[in-house]
Amino acid sequence: MAIAQINQVRSPGRRWSFVTKSSPLPGFRLSFGFTMIYLTVIVLIPLVATLLHAARGGFGVFLHTVTAPRVLASYRVTLGSAAAAALLSAIFGMLLAWVLARYTFPGKRIVDALVDLPFALPTAVAGISLTALYAEHGWIGQYLEPHGIHVAFTPIGIVMAMSFVGFPFVVRSVQPVLEDLDPAMEEAAASLGANAWQRVTRIIFPIAFPALLTGTALAFARAAGEYGSVIFIAGNMPMKTEITALLIVTKLEEYDYSGAAAIAGAMLALSFAIMLLVNLLQWWIQRKEGRRG
Amino acid sequence: MSGRGSTGYSAMLRPSGMQRLGRCALIVLALVFLGGFLILPVVAVFAQAFAQGWKMYCTSITQEDVLSALRLTGLVACIAVPLNVVFGIAASWAITRFDFHGKNLLITLIDIPLSVSPVVAGMMYVEVFGLHGWLGPWLSEHNLHVIFAVPGIVLATVFVTFPFVARELIPFMQAQGSDEEIAAVVLGANGWNVFWRVTLPNIKWALLYGTILAASRSIGEFGAVSVVSGHIRGQTTTLPLEVEMLYNEYSFTAAFAAASLLTLAAVVTLAIKKLIEVTSGVHRGPGEEEVES
Repeated sequence: MAIAQINQVRSPGRRWSFVTKSSPLPGFRLSFGFTMIYLTVIVLIPLVATLLHAARGGFGVFLHTVTAPRVLASYRVTLGSAAAAALLSAIFGMLLAWVLARYTFPGKRIVDALVDLPFALPTAVAGISLTALYAEHGWIGQYLEPHGIHVAFTPIGIVMAMSFVGFPFVVRSVQPVLEDLDPAMEEAAASLGANAWQRVTRIIFPIAFPALLTGTALAFARAAGEYGSVIFIAGNMPMKTEITALLIVTKLEEYDYSGAAAIAGAMLALSFAIMLLVNLLQWWIQRKEGRRG
Repeated sequence: MSGRGSTGYSAMLRPSGMQRLGRCALIVLALVFLGGFLILPVVAVFAQAFAQGWKMYCTSITQEDVLSALRLTGLVACIAVPLNVVFGIAASWAITRFDFHGKNLLITLIDIPLSVSPVVAGMMYVEVFGLHGWLGPWLSEHNLHVIFAVPGIVLATVFVTFPFVARELIPFMQAQGSDEEIAAVVLGANGWNVFWRVTLPNIKWALLYGTILAASRSIGEFGAVSVVSGHIRGQTTTLPLEVEMLYNEYSFTAAFAAASLLTLAAVVTLAIKKLIEVTSGVHRGPGEEEVES
């Protein structure tokens, strides 16, 4: 009552209510209530439990755990490989998005469908298959090994697996932007004397750039958290090719639940930072689109 | 561009010839990348699976362990996917048909599972239901098993597939608007009638699309499930986990035979997805109609 009265004083004539605009449709309480309960049980409670466990020993203990040498080495491996994979994903993702959005060629639909294969293929399957391909006697590995290029059980293998799962994010972020591009803009540029290269770098790329960044950030996030496709090809040598996600599993298997929770807390912080970045990028894209009309 | 400096006429023509060449080069590059990076791993799965002949393949996939893993995978998907379908419909109904405070926050919260590493997702449930977790002592007192048992696998699968249906439906229902539903209500239809007769027929393709994505992920999930499963053969081993166990036991042919079943599921998923895109217009880019002609 008191709150309602205060609100009435602030904005006379209109009581504050949770629903900002009334709708004639039924079912708000049921659908919203179910959504909130389900979200709380499935996502929020487990998330809070993990974060609280990570913080239970105090900040000093948390910091000590997440900066142990083996853990730091795992960050280097994970983040370094994820960054390389994100870069590769950006390049090849952009290429595929470009080809799919701008050109027509036979079999385009199949190619378009195949881009989602890494989303659909179980990560464990991708992992063992990539390992088989790049191992010493594998289809690809047998040609690389004589030249001293070792892919399987090295950081290069980790990058390959992470690129595999990451690049569709770039394609699916950039492709719709390129498809929606207004041809009039390019025609205007061409009629004013811009050559093809200038049209790409001055018109198309600036418009596609936020989407490219979004896709690359998503690819990086996926790569940094990836487990299934990486562990088979990585070799999992502590300090050298051990990723952070695997370290959590190892800690759990050693019944070091606090250590696992602390590292999970660090990984969650990274996930949320990337999520924030992606949301900011989305906001930027929307603002840009709004300005273009 | 080296066409500068020649006569104006040829300078105008040359870029178009160069462009055509560049276009072909880009398409070929994209196809080569796709072939080497996406198709080869799939082919490798089947090649390895049939490496010791058809008979061996049949023996491998009809082993009791593989069959029971297949049953568990099916069971888990049959529980997790419908739960998330109901959630997706409820969430998108609340979000797209009503205006309330904190809507953007809710949408962001729904996206959390997408940015959390699968391993962290699995461990979050250990924090709640594990022996040292919040509910662990109470559960063990009542002889209920969640972690290292089927309920934990279902929960982990629900978590990783949590946003799929909602993320398909929210933009789709937003774009569609609520005019038809409001008309139905004004004409006297009750809530369930509106949903079954108006909303559901309108959203059926987007709903099916999201369901397919959720089902595909739930069949293939590895990281999250591996943390909560305990890897008990014949009891808590899903098909991707069985692949891992066979592989780690050096039964490569059997591992790839089991993996081939998952690969088949992934390919079928992609085909159904594309079919929905082509027939219903869900997720169809603006350029795709021209491909046909």
